[in-house]
Amino acid sequence: MTDERLSVDINEIINASIEAKYDRISQLEFHRRVVESGLSRSTIETISKAKKEPEWMLRLRLKALELFEKLPTPNWLPEVLNTLNISNLELYVKPDIERTDNWDEIPKEVKEYYDKLGIPESEKKFLGGLVAVFESEPIYNNVKQELQKKGVIMMSPEEAVQKYPDLFKAYFMKIFPASDHKFAALHAALWSGGVFVYVPKGVKITNPVEGFFVIGTEMEGQFEHTLVVADEDSYIHFIEGCSAPQFKNFSFHDGMVELYAKKNAHIKFTTIQNWSKDVINFNNKRAWADENSTVEWVEGSLGSKYSFVYPSTILRGRNASSTSLVVTLASSEGDWKDSGSKMIHAAPNTKSRVINKNIGFNGGINVYRGLVKVNKGASNSRAFVKCDSLMLDEKTKAYTFPHNQVFEDSSEVAHEAHTFRMSEDQLFYLMNRGIGEKEATSMLVLGFIDEIMKELPFEYATMLNKVIRLELEKLGAVA
Amino acid sequence: MSTLRIEDLHVEVEGREVIKGISFEMNSGEIHALMGPNGSGKTSLSLALMGHPKYKITKGKILLNDEDITNLETDEKVKHGLFLAFQNPVEIGGVKLSTLLIAEYNRVYGSNTPIMEAFSNVKGLTKELGVSESLLNRGIFEGFSGGEKKRIEILQMAILKPKFAILDEPDSGVDVDGLKIISDMIKKLRGDLNTGFLVITHYRRILDYINADKVHVLYRGKIVASGSMELAKLIDEKGYDAVIKN
Repeated sequence: MTDERLSVDINEIINASIEAKYDRISQLEFHRRVVESGLSRSTIETISKAKKEPEWMLRLRLKALELFEKLPTPNWLPEVLNTLNISNLELYVKPDIERTDNWDEIPKEVKEYYDKLGIPESEKKFLGGLVAVFESEPIYNNVKQELQKKGVIMMSPEEAVQKYPDLFKAYFMKIFPASDHKFAALHAALWSGGVFVYVPKGVKITNPVEGFFVIGTEMEGQFEHTLVVADEDSYIHFIEGCSAPQFKNFSFHDGMVELYAKKNAHIKFTTIQNWSKDVINFNNKRAWADENSTVEWVEGSLGSKYSFVYPSTILRGRNASSTSLVVTLASSEGDWKDSGSKMIHAAPNTKSRVINKNIGFNGGINVYRGLVKVNKGASNSRAFVKCDSLMLDEKTKAYTFPHNQVFEDSSEVAHEAHTFRMSEDQLFYLMNRGIGEKEATSMLVLGFIDEIMKELPFEYATMLNKVIRLELEKLGAVA
Repeated sequence: MSTLRIEDLHVEVEGREVIKGISFEMNSGEIHALMGPNGSGKTSLSLALMGHPKYKITKGKILLNDEDITNLETDEKVKHGLFLAFQNPVEIGGVKLSTLLIAEYNRVYGSNTPIMEAFSNVKGLTKELGVSESLLNRGIFEGFSGGEKKRIEILQMAILKPKFAILDEPDSGVDVDGLKIISDMIKKLRGDLNTGFLVITHYRRILDYINADKVHVLYRGKIVASGSMELAKLIDEKGYDAVIKN
């Protein structure tokens, strides 16, 4: 019963966000700009002050700014990130809305937008909790009472800094330090909004929890931070949805997700990224898996123009395991989808499995950069990586750069990679069986990602299926 | 009763004319054989009839019950009742054979058909055609033997129930048992649905089994001879030279 409802709701969200993606809605003009633009100490001081942050957080931000200025742009990124002038972006856009737990208090225009995405409806129906971030600030936060009773904390990171300073400080950017790379530093300097979740020992949250991120302004930079701590023997499934309407100029998204799975905990993190084509999406996702814990990443990198997503897990406790299932879609000229999971085996008997499926058409570009690292001492660890690319036409490209570093003889690391190009003959064959061109194309594409579909619960498979069909609808004549 | 008529058909592949003016007519329930040496244009003709994008019809018409279907999309031609069993069908890894067969089944019998019913009928057909049910769970033609491919093509014909079926060498690479099973299915469809057939072949054997009504010989893009089964016998005994020289 619950499962059934779940599928309907997810579809509602996805359908609405798909529609929004193609709508060229006019910019919403109800936010007030606390910081106009410009990346400087004073910008950061202003943001920190507006959030009434403790001293340590301000220091962390300022140090990160220094790092950002010092660190080179990663050399493996395409030119666009080199030419991006961060100072031109609106780095912190504060909507003129007070945070609330009552949907009715949210201004009409914003509410209409979220309504269009189907968010309040689905929240009512099945989600355990929801934090909605509009522009840079969370505007809505509601956690089901039963979860609160069990001691589940779910709130914006801003609120968590104030209410649970020690807990928050113990984890914030511990696994993904600002020094990691330029955009991690930028994120640390400018982070705003996001979700903090703490699941106490032994608590299993049966309903998924959702964070929904919306960019409402062009030339906006969004730097939300999601931090999930699952204490011993707990379970949580977090769904992250991303949406933005189309604007004339680029928006830049540099979010971060940190997951901490303690002993025997199980975290599942599902992302449906469906930004419009004006978004540059740089994502920093990393998990830490303690003894016997499980971390599952599921990523649908469907929207945005440029996307860089590398879900990574550090398997640091015995018997910890992690899977990462990633589907990317590069569906128009110049689309650049960079993906690749990273699995670091740092303890004995750890297991990892990565399945990466790239789909490209209309001249899109897919790049896979994955890493499997087995440290000395991570004995009897097993890793399996599979990365496949499907290209639906001649002008589409796919590149694969897998990387394995194995320092433990007793470990097993297997790697498979395949590239498929949909041929005229395959399409002709299916059409000869009475199947129309578009249907035949979706059959080929869905067949290609069948392996990931099989791994998904029914409702997510249905959802992914739908998104991809809708994307393919936009595809002109393939042949 | 339906009629498939081809009028003065010319076909080009990459700028080269491979079919140079072919005309013939067939009615429901008739079996026509198309023979001819390698490279004479038999497969080109079948692909052009179905609208393969590389095979351009530069002149002439295809008429089904007097309706001009020359330029219809391939899937539309299929919906009008044409069917092609490929000589060497392409592998489509990733798409399960069962997915394709169920999609075909639903198209013919309506998508309201309970999935279990569709499945059990498809399974029944695998039995009838003597192929293992396990093929259904594999990618389309992925690692299939030559004989399995031919049988699966015929199986799809049985699902799609066409008005006219073009079978491109349904007998090549098939063992004696397979040949009999395939021939039986052709006869069954002719009997039950009055399907008309254009069978491309090099061998008289299948034509004996199914009892072809007419035999045409294609050479260098043209039909150079038409006749009864006697013509197939002559080719079988004396080779194409006997026919082409005349």
